[in-house]
Amino acid sequence: MTAAPVNDEKLSTEKRSTKTPTGITGLDEMTGGGLPRGRTTLLAGGSGSGKTILGLQFLANGARHYGEPGIFVAFEETPARIIANAETFGWNLEQLQPKMLAFIDAQPPPDLVQSGSFDLTGMLIALEEKVDEMKARRIVFDALDIMLALLPDAAAQRREIYRLHAWLLEHELTGVITLKAESSNSGPFGFMQFMVDCALILNHTMVLGVSQRNLRVQKYRGSSFDENESPFLIGSSGFEVAVSRTLGRSDVEVTNERISSGVARIDTMLGGGYYRGASVLITGFPGTAKTTLSGAFAEAACARGERTMFVSFDSDANEVIRNLGSVGIRLERFVDDGSLNMVSARTITGSAETYLVRIKTLAKAHRARCLVVDPVSTLSKSGNELTAHSVAERLIDWSKAEGITLVCTSLLDEMAGQSEAGSPLQISTLADTWIHLNYVVQAGERNRGMSIIKSRGTAHSNQVRELILSDSGITVTDTYTAGGEVLMGTLRWEKESAGRHAAEAATVAARLDSARLDAEEAELAARVKSLQVELAAKQSEKLVRARSAEIHESELALARERMSQLRGTDEAPDLPRVTR
Amino acid sequence: MSEEIYRFRLFVAGEKPNSLLAIANLTELCETHLPGRHEIEIVDVAANPKRALLESIFMTPTLVSVMPYPGRRIVGTLSNTEPILQILGLGPAQRRDFPGMKDRHASLLVRQPD
Repeated sequence: MTAAPVNDEKLSTEKRSTKTPTGITGLDEMTGGGLPRGRTTLLAGGSGSGKTILGLQFLANGARHYGEPGIFVAFEETPARIIANAETFGWNLEQLQPKMLAFIDAQPPPDLVQSGSFDLTGMLIALEEKVDEMKARRIVFDALDIMLALLPDAAAQRREIYRLHAWLLEHELTGVITLKAESSNSGPFGFMQFMVDCALILNHTMVLGVSQRNLRVQKYRGSSFDENESPFLIGSSGFEVAVSRTLGRSDVEVTNERISSGVARIDTMLGGGYYRGASVLITGFPGTAKTTLSGAFAEAACARGERTMFVSFDSDANEVIRNLGSVGIRLERFVDDGSLNMVSARTITGSAETYLVRIKTLAKAHRARCLVVDPVSTLSKSGNELTAHSVAERLIDWSKAEGITLVCTSLLDEMAGQSEAGSPLQISTLADTWIHLNYVVQAGERNRGMSIIKSRGTAHSNQVRELILSDSGITVTDTYTAGGEVLMGTLRWEKESAGRHAAEAATVAARLDSARLDAEEAELAARVKSLQVELAAKQSEKLVRARSAEIHESELALARERMSQLRGTDEAPDLPRVTR
Repeated sequence: MSEEIYRFRLFVAGEKPNSLLAIANLTELCETHLPGRHEIEIVDVAANPKRALLESIFMTPTLVSVMPYPGRRIVGTLSNTEPILQILGLGPAQRRDFPGMKDRHASLLVRQPD
């Protein structure tokens, strides 16, 4: 059972050993490990496409990082000029010479006189001497076309190419032959294409005045490779090829860690903040506080002690710091202690690719854990539309791979409406969290509305909130909903205070009412009492009257009796009773 | 015709047809135009690769003139004698026969003794 893994390992070692790493960012990824070991690679491109630099970097990296000595055969330029041109890349070519790197000046003299046919045997013999002397493993023939042009016909050119190829194979040298070629399949280029094991094509075009460099692996015998044209850049340390997805890269580790957005209410709205390593997109029109929000994020990151890089395409670093200071975001202290790197990218000109490579290099140098790009939409400015989308994609891809939490803002064109999808960048689909800021114009004032359009993997509030900037920072408030209308700013304030006033008035009115009722009640009670008294008086009066009438009656009866006694009358039965 | 001695160094790579052809052509040229006043050194770079490296011999065969025009190089089998004679200031060429001739050739011709 143990035999199988051993075999596997053996196989993979063997597989690895068939490739010679170039040490060039992106190129090794594209080719699955480098150029074919002991074989010939054709490197073709127009003038100024970067062939010489690529060839030289292949040798310099071999010598510096892989312990493989190399020879550079220069047909077009003097070695001194090539070395001088490459000085800025910091490859320390002087230190590598002569043990690890040798230059052979094989320029044909300008006043060369030809008489009859010749071949390149002499060169190969001379090189053989050099190869043995240095134990060279790599060799670059720069601008072989110059030498081939001296040959009288295509047949002679082919013969010499064959000779060179056979020589390279015989000595198991990993060779790179550069060739000027504007169009494919013509002349020696077309012929060499078929012969070599690997062919790389460089091209340099201008799209609307912006330089675009692309590299393509045209063929690679016996190996899989990235077949797409990949943009590349000649940066401060040489060649860098931009590859979006490296072959066979394992998935990035994901985390549930949440980090603060810098605004407490936004954290709450997102259910705890951004995910670590997420890509956050903040879109909005100019002046909707995109920079402020991203500044708050940067401040929070630095306050946690995380190294952060803030790339501003709009303004200078100091301006950004000053402007953010006015809303209570103080970044200066973090710049001073070195945890925050403010980068003004206003000065960088060039393709979207250039920006990306610069950002990557700077972030790497700063060891940034959090990155702000403000605004990322700069990438898609004129001339860059074609590549901008893939660049933004790679920016997100790269930051994810590095575990960097990325906050980028994107300017929306007012004319383009509110959909970010209408912009050439279209990174809203790639971003994990998308916060949209907009203006709400009501009653002659603009207020900032904030909403979370999407946030992958987090529960989030779907309410539009109002964003308020003040000296003390950013606050997010609930909007005032009244009668189906969402109110913000002073309208909201007015409505709110009007509401408060109304409530107060109602309380007072209620109190007044109850007092009035009390009074009425008291009055009624008083009236009841007085009536009762009057009633009692009337009753007693009535009683008195009745008594006096009784008395009067009885007195009358007595009187009548007495009178009759006195008169001596008999009873008169039907005598009407006399009353008063 | 002056009696100046012409010294040549001919670099060839092994005993290949073009090496042999170059040697034969050079010998013939010298016999014809410089009888009795030439010296030829033949260097086989296959046997002496260090020299090829040292003298930057990349195309073979290469004829290097040592005297009287040091450093002039002619590559090839030397089958076409015309340009060689011009460079060496020999041959039947007259100045007025070459009105479009380049300056350096013209200067060579000036030095040509009558």
